[in-house]
Amino acid sequence: MEKHLNLTLQVWRQKDAMSEGEFVEYQAKHISTEMSFLEMLDVVNEEIIRKGEDPIAFDHDCREGICGMCSMVINGRPHGPKERTTTCQLHMRSFDDGDTITIEPWRAKPFPVIRDLIVDRGAFDRIIASGGFISVPTGAPQDANALPVSKQNSDLAMDAAACIGCGACVAACPNASAMLFLSAKVSHLGYLPQGQPERYGRVRNMVSQMDAEAFGTCTNHGECEAACPKGITLETIARMNRDYIKASLTYRPEIASGGAG
Amino acid sequence: MELNSRIPDGPIEKSWDKHRFDLKLVNPANKRKYKILVVGSGLAGASAAATLAELGYEVECFAYQDSPRRAHSIAAQGGINAAKNYQNDGDSIYRLFYDTVKGGDFRAREANVYRLAQVSVNIIDQCVAQGVPFAREYGGMLDNRSFGGAQVSRTFYARGQTGQQLLLGAYQALERQIGLGKVKMFNRHEMQELIVVDGVAKGIVVRDMVTGKVSSHVADAVCLATGGYGNVFFLSTNAKGCNATAAWRAYKKGAAFANPCYTQIHPTCIPVTGDHQSKLTLMSESLRNDGRIWVPKKKEDCGKPASQIPEEDRDYYLERKYPSFGNLAPRDVSSRAAKQVCDEGRGIGSTGRGVYLDFSAAIERLGAKKIEEKYGNLFEMYERITDDNPYKTPMRIYPASHYTMGGLWVDYNLMSTIPGLFVLGEANFSDHGANRLGASALMQGLADGYFVIPYTIGGYLAGVKPGTRISADDPAVKAAEQAVEARTNRLVGIGGKQTPTHFHRELGKVMWEYCGMGRNEAGLKKALEIIPQIREEFWKDVRIPGSGQELNQSLEMAGRVADFLEVGELMCLDALERRESCGGHFREEWQTEEGEAKRDDENFCHVAAWEHKGEGAKPVRHVEPLKFDNVHLATRSYK
Ligand SMILES: Cc1cc2nc3c(=O)[nH]c(=O)nc-3n(C[C@H](O)[C@H](O)[C@H](O)COP(=O)(O)OP(=O)(O)OC[C@H]3O[C@@H](n4cnc5c(N)ncnc54)[C@H](O)[C@@H]3O)c2cc1C
Ligand code: SF4
Ligand code: FES
Repeated sequence: MEKHLNLTLQVWRQKDAMSEGEFVEYQAKHISTEMSFLEMLDVVNEEIIRKGEDPIAFDHDCREGICGMCSMVINGRPHGPKERTTTCQLHMRSFDDGDTITIEPWRAKPFPVIRDLIVDRGAFDRIIASGGFISVPTGAPQDANALPVSKQNSDLAMDAAACIGCGACVAACPNASAMLFLSAKVSHLGYLPQGQPERYGRVRNMVSQMDAEAFGTCTNHGECEAACPKGITLETIARMNRDYIKASLTYRPEIASGGAG
Repeated sequence: MELNSRIPDGPIEKSWDKHRFDLKLVNPANKRKYKILVVGSGLAGASAAATLAELGYEVECFAYQDSPRRAHSIAAQGGINAAKNYQNDGDSIYRLFYDTVKGGDFRAREANVYRLAQVSVNIIDQCVAQGVPFAREYGGMLDNRSFGGAQVSRTFYARGQTGQQLLLGAYQALERQIGLGKVKMFNRHEMQELIVVDGVAKGIVVRDMVTGKVSSHVADAVCLATGGYGNVFFLSTNAKGCNATAAWRAYKKGAAFANPCYTQIHPTCIPVTGDHQSKLTLMSESLRNDGRIWVPKKKEDCGKPASQIPEEDRDYYLERKYPSFGNLAPRDVSSRAAKQVCDEGRGIGSTGRGVYLDFSAAIERLGAKKIEEKYGNLFEMYERITDDNPYKTPMRIYPASHYTMGGLWVDYNLMSTIPGLFVLGEANFSDHGANRLGASALMQGLADGYFVIPYTIGGYLAGVKPGTRISADDPAVKAAEQAVEARTNRLVGIGGKQTPTHFHRELGKVMWEYCGMGRNEAGLKKALEIIPQIREEFWKDVRIPGSGQELNQSLEMAGRVADFLEVGELMCLDALERRESCGGHFREEWQTEEGEAKRDDENFCHVAAWEHKGEGAKPVRHVEPLKFDNVHLATRSYK
């Protein structure tokens, strides 16, 4: 049943990366429980604009939990109170009339704030660019069914591939570690036969990029798993660690290829 | 304006092979001397940028999101078609070609569609090699399902996240090239102008959405892969940022805009709940494989819970009207049928604009576990939004704006009417005619990016002398930058009272009412009166706090709304001039006695491409006749 709520918001406002930020209070009146969290903010922003003030800047796009763009810490939890739910899919029926809600950006050194609730997650792209792929140029690979993949492995790969790259895991981690994100990609490709040739080089390169990006180390707090909207589990980290150890043990510098003669 | 489609002659099965052979090649050593701009990083843009870089071209890629992985393609749920015939159920390239031409209600180019069906098989091979985790059978082979408008199982899928997985495959290929230094990526950059010199595309002007800095990029060719204009309806299943700006700038610089009135209203979306609604969520069409659509037979039953309406009082209207396709009737047909029953007062839900999508029979037949395996994440998504459990009560759904078949006109090489400007993916008009079949947009985006543009752009560049790029301080570059800055200053300077969203919502209401699922002359004429009024109001009364020199989301939105206010008008004009019903374009004056679309092949078997003639002047409608040598023109029937 639809109800209406009056809420107090404490929102982090910060002009740009250089400026100091602060919490600013807003009233959100007559908010329908049918609204999504972002629709609630739309309503607040419409009012702010009409007053001629700067609306609250936040990242969003698909608004259906798949693009990974939305990124807010709500009452201290990345993506808010509801398990396995992104900010954009959180609905106001999760709140009560009279609630005070604090809204902050992801807080992590590798994700600097750009403005208000918007952060720069470019480090994630750079981690993928360092090895989160299978090197197969467009051309004429073999027939797709020439390489059977067990349903089990395919399903496990899909579970890991569901990561939306939102960064909640980093925001939740006391060390700002990117291990859950990284291990999700390593597992996705590692479960598949196509991913085997580059398996160990991949993990080595991605970890060294992660270290270069000021992410912290993983000390098994498990906060990432609890915050992840896509159910990526700590098990993927364990799996990745095994690959990483093996990668370090078997590391051989690349042999320079000789000329064609 | 000349519309030369450059369709190769000879038998259709051979056209693409022959054409590829006839295209001139760029010497491998010369490729790095050419710079190509790819605007957009969705399926079409990311696949093109990665592939062109692999070939050796210098590539720059642009997107408005903070990462190429977040392009709207990520949201596609259901699947991607390919003529693999892995199920041995009679599929073939020819059948996919045939289904697509027929599904498009005979308003697409045969040669393009045939090529699409041909390369569909390569797409699946490529994606699997990249590690896309498509669904598999227990034996390890790829699984398929059937989709609306087809009677074979040719749709490949990755749970309900096919677009995500395909895009991640293309994104990873793109990131590999970025890591190798072959592609330079510009995230959070919005294209706001096309640079044209002597009628040839030479670059773009972008705004850095973080700093507000306006800058130019010059190149030897420009590819637009900026997606569709479905957000003209305000409420749609598209991501919030989807916009027509890049395509519209190109239109104003001389690129013809084809068939703007061909828009797709998807039958299965979660219904609107109130005025606060900011977007609509699609429930994948794949659900129609196992869900049955119905409304009560009697108006009086509409307020009752579904469980209290006995079987004999339910009207499974799609099964009744289209016995052979049933719940899998194509989208345009299903959407209109839903509208009809709601117009009759038999709609369900608080607004009366909804129909049931019921899984109880499938759950009984296959078990809840099997259903969960197939649609679990969709059911979860539905429950999160509506607070209803679809395992227990039927889903409520209603049609919503979803996809745009119209777009910039392109020839067989995907080149627009501006030489050097290529258009890929949903942004072009070419393959789906007046209605797109499910699971065909992903196929087309990847076909364009992986397998068409890499060849055809070579044919163009082979005729461009390396090193003839214009310089960054060419007067045309400066003029384009100034136009962008002037527009920004104008918007920021209005200082009115209303928000950009207010105008967008107003436009959306007009478009949905008069240019949505049903259109007629009086309504379209009315819309053509109202839209300019809203536009005038907008330019007088919009309020954009802040300045152009900072991250300013109101400014971004206002720029897009300003363009939609013009796109909407062209759509209505096109809809008015197309005096027939075809596919997603349903003119109420042209229908059969049973309410089915009635085409007029004698007068409208053509593409309508609009040429911009200057601000305030009426655009000119050009015609590209369509020929059907292989699939014979026939009335579409799904009975
Ligand atoms: C909810 C949903 C589900 C769908 N499901 C399916 C399905 O199951 N099967 C199927 O075949 N199709 C499906 N579709 C359709 C399909 O997803 C799209 O048609 C397709 O993904 C479009 O891809 P694209 O590459 O052309 O554009 P997009 O993915 O829309 O990418 C556009 C790109 O352009 C960039 N861009 C846009 N404007 C600018 C600008 N001005 N400046 C700079 N960059 C810009 C964006 O940043 C983005 O990178 C679905 C669509 C929706 C909405
Ligand atoms: S692992 Fe989970 S929390 Fe981390 S980026 Fe991926 S989806 Fe987000
Ligand atoms: S806006 Fe796309 S995941 Fe939230």
